[in-house]
Amino acid sequence: MNAVSAPSPVELEQPETEDLTSLGTPWVTIVWNDPVNLMNYVSYVFQTYFGYSRKKAEKLMLEVHNDGKSVVSNGSREEMERDVQAMHEYGLWATMEKQD
Amino acid sequence: MSEGFERRRGGGAVATFSGFEADLIRSLASQLVELLRNEVAAPSASDDPLEQLLDFSGPTTEPEDPVLARLFPTAYPDDEEAAGEFRRFTEGSLRDHKARAAVQVIDSLEEAGLPTELAEDGLVVDVELDKDQSVTWMKSFTDIRLALATRLGVEEDDEDYWMALPEEDPRAHVYDIYQWVGYLQETLVDALTR
Repeated sequence: MNAVSAPSPVELEQPETEDLTSLGTPWVTIVWNDPVNLMNYVSYVFQTYFGYSRKKAEKLMLEVHNDGKSVVSNGSREEMERDVQAMHEYGLWATMEKQD
Repeated sequence: MSEGFERRRGGGAVATFSGFEADLIRSLASQLVELLRNEVAAPSASDDPLEQLLDFSGPTTEPEDPVLARLFPTAYPDDEEAAGEFRRFTEGSLRDHKARAAVQVIDSLEEAGLPTELAEDGLVVDVELDKDQSVTWMKSFTDIRLALATRLGVEEDDEDYWMALPEEDPRAHVYDIYQWVGYLQETLVDALTR
């Protein structure tokens, strides 16, 4: 083993923190199907909160209804936390996760 | 029986309820307020009374009551720590918003002439909501329906099961109320979007 000490590489490395890595990582908000919420209400929420067109809102609503869930928005972790909280305020069942 | 909501000139929605119907909505909204305000947000982890008093941060674990668990879902299903942090920062204000929305529903009904104690037969309550109030009602109807459905155990496409219940089954009556609030909700959304 080489006993000669080389300059430590440690200080050259950037500290890897959760914050730095999450900045570039898109997160998604997922709305899940539930047996209670009405189709016209879910579509209304997507139009009102996200500002989506009626067509896009209805497409997402039908995805939730038929597939059990739909990705309704993506962005930074902080943005998705805001979206999830807003969905909970409207009574929709929303979760968030890091995009694959 | 109320025909539900109609579009209001200048935005918002209007509806006419019998005294009985208005009283029923008030009662459902009151129960929601009770649930949101009375149920302890989260059992404190500490037995130390001083620590308990100083712990004014929000709850970090899912509420035990299934209705509350549905009203405040876990945001990060696969990350308990992040889920706890999210809950700590959001559940308190969500509870407060939902309770205030239900109180606004009660206030609208009473301003429209619903007396504190319903006595008179044939009372008619005309409710007129502007756009913001309509959205508040929509959110509150949603919370009420989520609460009723969770208590009943409503599942996807199970209408036939509920409709077949004998009339004397108390759940049949609750299901009727659940369906009726759904009808009101549907007409309210239509009134704002058509």
